[in-house]
Amino acid sequence: MPQPDVLLEVKGLKTHFFLDEGVVRAVDGVNLTLPRGKTVCVVGESGCGKSMTARSVLGLIEPPGKVVDGNIWWSPSVDRAPAAMTGNGAPIDLAALDRRSERLRQIRGKDIAMIFQEPMASLSPMYTVGDQLTETIRLHLPMNKREARDHGVSLLRRVGIPRPEQRMDAYPWQLSGGMCQRVMIAIALSCGPSLLIADEPTTALDVTTQARIIDLLAQLQADTGMSMMFITHDLGVVAEIADEVIVMYLGTVVEQGSVDQIFHNPKHPYTRALLASIPTMGRGARKRLPTIRGQVPPPLNRPPGCPYHPRCDLAVAGLCDTADPPTVEFSDGHRTRCVLHDPQTLREHEERMVRTAQEDT
Amino acid sequence: MQASIPPPVRDVPESAADTAGPGGAAATTYTAKQSTLVWRAFKKHRLAMAGVAVTIAFYVVALFAEFLAPYSASRFDAESTFAPPQLPQIVDISDDGWDWGLHVNGYTSSMDQETYAQTYEIDESTKIPLRFFAKGESYEFWGLFETNIHLIGPADPDQPMYLLGTDGNGRDLLSRIIHATRVSMSIGLVGVTMTFVLGVVLGGISGYVGGKTDLVIQRLVEFFMSIPTLPLWLGLAAALPDQWGPLRRYFAITVILAIIGWTSLARETRGKFMSLREEEFVTSAHLDGNSQPRVIFRHILPSFTSHLIASLSLSIPAMILAETALSFLGMGLQAPVVSWGVLLQDAQDIRTVATAAWLLLPGLAVVAAVLALNFVGDGLRDAADPYKR
Amino acid sequence: MLSFIARRLLYMVPTLVLISIVAFAIIQLPPGDFLTTFIARMSAQGEAIDQAQIDSLRERYGLDEPIYVQYFKWIGGIVTDLDFGQSFEWKRSVADLVWDRLPLTVLLAGATLTLTWILAFPIGIYSAVKQYSIGDYLATTIGYLGLAIPNFMIALILLYIGFRYFGQSVGGLFSPEYQDAAWNLGKVLDLLSHIWIPLIVLGTAGTAGLIRILRANLLDELRKPYVVAARARGVPERRLLVRYPLRVAMNPFISTIGWVLPALVGGEVIVAKVLSLPTTGPLMLSALTSQDMYLAGSIIMIISVLTVVGTLISDIALAWLDPRVRLRRH
Repeated sequence: MPQPDVLLEVKGLKTHFFLDEGVVRAVDGVNLTLPRGKTVCVVGESGCGKSMTARSVLGLIEPPGKVVDGNIWWSPSVDRAPAAMTGNGAPIDLAALDRRSERLRQIRGKDIAMIFQEPMASLSPMYTVGDQLTETIRLHLPMNKREARDHGVSLLRRVGIPRPEQRMDAYPWQLSGGMCQRVMIAIALSCGPSLLIADEPTTALDVTTQARIIDLLAQLQADTGMSMMFITHDLGVVAEIADEVIVMYLGTVVEQGSVDQIFHNPKHPYTRALLASIPTMGRGARKRLPTIRGQVPPPLNRPPGCPYHPRCDLAVAGLCDTADPPTVEFSDGHRTRCVLHDPQTLREHEERMVRTAQEDT
Repeated sequence: MQASIPPPVRDVPESAADTAGPGGAAATTYTAKQSTLVWRAFKKHRLAMAGVAVTIAFYVVALFAEFLAPYSASRFDAESTFAPPQLPQIVDISDDGWDWGLHVNGYTSSMDQETYAQTYEIDESTKIPLRFFAKGESYEFWGLFETNIHLIGPADPDQPMYLLGTDGNGRDLLSRIIHATRVSMSIGLVGVTMTFVLGVVLGGISGYVGGKTDLVIQRLVEFFMSIPTLPLWLGLAAALPDQWGPLRRYFAITVILAIIGWTSLARETRGKFMSLREEEFVTSAHLDGNSQPRVIFRHILPSFTSHLIASLSLSIPAMILAETALSFLGMGLQAPVVSWGVLLQDAQDIRTVATAAWLLLPGLAVVAAVLALNFVGDGLRDAADPYKR
Repeated sequence: MLSFIARRLLYMVPTLVLISIVAFAIIQLPPGDFLTTFIARMSAQGEAIDQAQIDSLRERYGLDEPIYVQYFKWIGGIVTDLDFGQSFEWKRSVADLVWDRLPLTVLLAGATLTLTWILAFPIGIYSAVKQYSIGDYLATTIGYLGLAIPNFMIALILLYIGFRYFGQSVGGLFSPEYQDAAWNLGKVLDLLSHIWIPLIVLGTAGTAGLIRILRANLLDELRKPYVVAARARGVPERRLLVRYPLRVAMNPFISTIGWVLPALVGGEVIVAKVLSLPTTGPLMLSALTSQDMYLAGSIIMIISVLTVVGTLISDIALAWLDPRVRLRRH
C-alpha cells in the first residue's frame, strides 16, 4: 500500500508491444513513486520507455501494445476524490481498469491531465482552440456554454496568451508551436488536475520558447500545488525544475532520488555516465566530452540481466549479465537498481567465484 | 547546458519518438539498402506475392503466346461455330473398362429448324486424343526460327479441340485469349512508360520550379482530371484515320491513354518535390556545389523512387481497363488485332451471350490480370513506406 | 468563404475555355470539313442537295474562314443562343437531341453518387475501426473486386442472368409501354423498377474506391497525435471517432464528386450502351461512329462542363467543412 504522501505509485509495470517481429518490452518492470505536490522529472535516452510509462498511467496504450503486468496505485486525497470513485480517497489501481472504461475516462483530463511533445499535432486542425478547450471543460465540469467559454478565456489568459478572446476562435494551425503548447497547457489545467503529465513538452519548440514554457509550467505547478511528472531528456531542464528525478534505461527505472541526490551523489553507473557527458563551461571545457560507449541495444534483442551491463564499465562478469539487479534503497529514500550497492549479493557472488575457481584447480 | 542523449535515429510515429515501439532503435545497429528494406516489407505481403506470381504468369503467356496457344488467332473453322468448351479428361470409362489417355469429347451438330443455324453440342461418345507438344500450324517463334510445335493439341490436327469453345466464326477462344494477352498486357507497359515520362517530367518541373510554371501545369492537371476521361478518349480515338495499320493504331491508342493518365503521377511527383525541396539534405547538396540536374537526379529523385514505382504499378491495371473499355466499344484496337477488349466485343449482344456464355471468358482474364497487378501495386506502396503500417 | 468561392470560380474559366477548345478540336479532327461528309452522304442516299442550304451552312459556321474564326463563331452561337449546331445524322438541332437525354443522364449520375455514399460511408468506417476483423476482410475483398471488374462486365453478367434465368430483358430504363408515354406516376414507378440495375453496375467501382479511400484515411487519422491527446482529455470513444478523425477523413468523401463524377460519366457511356439506356452515352457513341461530329463534340463538352460544375460544388462543400481549405492561402 502506498504511503499517504504518495499520489501515484507504479509497481512492476510491464507494457509490451506484440509485433510480427517479436515482443518489444517497452516498459519492463518499472517501479516509481510520485509524491504529492512535487515535480518529478523522468529522464533517459530515446526509446527507454519514458513516454510509454506515462501513457500506461492513463490507459493510452493502443494495440499491438498492452499493459501486461503491474499496478498503478492512484491515491487522490479525500477532498479531491472524484464522485465517481468509491471509497473516499482509497487508492485505486489504474492498471486494472479497462482502457475503454467510463471510470478511466472520467479520470483522464479531470484528475490526471497530459500534454504532449508536438503541440501543433496534438490539437485537431478542424476545430477552433475554443471548441477544444470548452469541450474538455464541459465534459468534466457542470458548466453551460457561456460559463465554459468564460472559464476558457480566463485559462488562456492565465497561460499567457495575449488577446485570449480572439484566440478562442483561432484554429491551431494559425498559432505558433509555443502558443499551441500554451493552449494545450490551458486545456490540461482546465479541470484542476492533481497530476499533470508533461511528455517532453518542449522538445519540438525553439530554445527561447522552451524556456518560457518551462517557466510557465513551474509557476503553474507552484500556484496550484498539483503534482507534475515531467518527461524530458534535457538534464538542464531537470536541474531547473525537478524536486525528484527518475532515471530510466531500457524500460526500467535504474535510479530515483531527490534532485540533489541525483546530481551530487549519483549511484547508478548509467546516471553517472549521463552526468559526465554534459558539456561544461569554463575549466575543463576544452577536454574531449566523455560519451557512453556502445549503443542502446535493439528493442527486440535485450541483454539478459541488467540491461545496462554491455555498456557499463563496472559490470561484474557472471553476475550483471545473468541476474536481474536488485533495487537498493538507501536511508534517505534514494533508490537504485544496481548490484554495486548491494554488498551482500556482491559478497555471495565473490564467494561463489572463489569456490568454482577452487573446484577447478 | 544541453542534453547528452542522441536524437532518435529512426522515426517511430512522431508523437511517440521514444516509444521503443515498432522499429525502435533497430536502424542504429543494422543498415540495409532502401531496396532491401522495401523487398523485405514486400515479401510479408502475401496477397502481393500471389499477385507477383500471377502477373509473371500473364507476361510469360504474353511472351510465349504462339507456343502456348493451340492455334493462331485468326484460324477459323466454319464447321464449328459457337462450339461449346470441351472438358479435358484423363480416363475414359464409357465402354466398360478404364481407358487412360488425355482426351476430349467431339461435337455433334444439329440444324435449328426455324433459323437454319447450326448448333453444336458435346458428343460423349466420340473421343479426340490430345497430346502435349503436338504438331499444328507452323509459326515463326520471335522471328528466330520456324516451328509447328504447340504446347497442347489434338493428336490428329484435323480433329477439333476447343477447350474454351469457339466464337461465331469458329475461332478457338483459348487461342485468341492467349494471343490477346500479349496486346493487352503490353499496352499497359507501353502506356505506363509514356505516363511515367510525362508525369515525372511535368510534375517534377511543377514542384521544383514552382511559381507561375507550377500554376500553369497545375491548371492543366486539374483540367485533365476534371473532364470525363472515357468520352475524351472516345473522341480522340474516333478521329484516328481508318486506314492506319494495326501497329500504328496500337501506338496511337497508347498515346491517347497516356495523354490523360499522367495527371495523378504528376500531382504526386509535384507534392514530393515540393516537400523535398525544403529539406536540409537538398539545401546542403546545393551548398556543396552540386549542379541543379545533379541535385534533382542524384538527391531528390532517388529518395522517392519506390513511391514512383508503386504508383506506376498501380496505373498499369488502369491502362488495361481503359484499353478494354475502348476496344469493347469498338473505338480502340480493331480486328485483326486481338486484345481482351476486342474479344469482348463479341459479347456485346445479349442474345449471343445467352447461347454462348463462354464468350465472356476474356473478361475473366481482365479481372485476374487487373486484380493481380493491383495487389502488386498495393504491396509495393505499403512496402515503399516503411514507417506506415 | 466568399473570396474562396470567387477565386474558385475564376479558376474555372480557363478550364471551361480549354474544354471548349478540346471539344472543338474533336469536331474538327476527322479529315475534311463536315459539310463535305454531309454532302457525300446525302448524295449517296440519293437525296437532292440544295445549294442554297449548303451555302448558308457554310456561312453560318464560317467554313471558308480561318480556324479560329470558326471556333469563335461556334462558341459564340453556344454562349448566346445555346446553338450547338445541327446533327446531320438525326437532322435535328443538337440542343434538342441532348436535352431529350440529358436529364436522365444527370438523374442516373446523381442517384449513383448518392448510393455510392450511402454504401461506402458505414462500410468504410466499420472497416477502419474494426481493422483486420472478418467484416474488414470482406469489405476489402469486395473493394478489390469492385475495382478490378470492368463495369460493363457486371452489366453483361446481370443481363445474362436476367435473360437466362428470368427470361426477360433487364436493359433499358422503361418497359416498352412507357417508352414514349408522358410522365405520370406509372412511368416513375416503372423507372424505379428498372433503374436499380444500372445503379448497381455504375456504383460498384465508385463504392469500392471510396471504401478503400475512407478506410485508409481513417486509419491514418486514428493514429494521429491529436486523437491520443483528445482521448487523454477524457473525450468518450464514440465522440472521439465522430468528432475528430472522421471529420478529417470526410474530406476525400466530399471531394469524391471531383473524381467519381468523371469516372461515372465515362462509365455511364459504356454501361448505357450495354444496357441500352436512353441517356447521352449511346447517343455520343453512335455520333462518333457515324462521324456526326457536332453532336459528339457537343455531348463531350456538355458532360465535361457539368462535371466541372460538380467539382466546383464539391470544392465549395469541402471549404465549408474544412477550415484549412477555407482560410489558408495556397
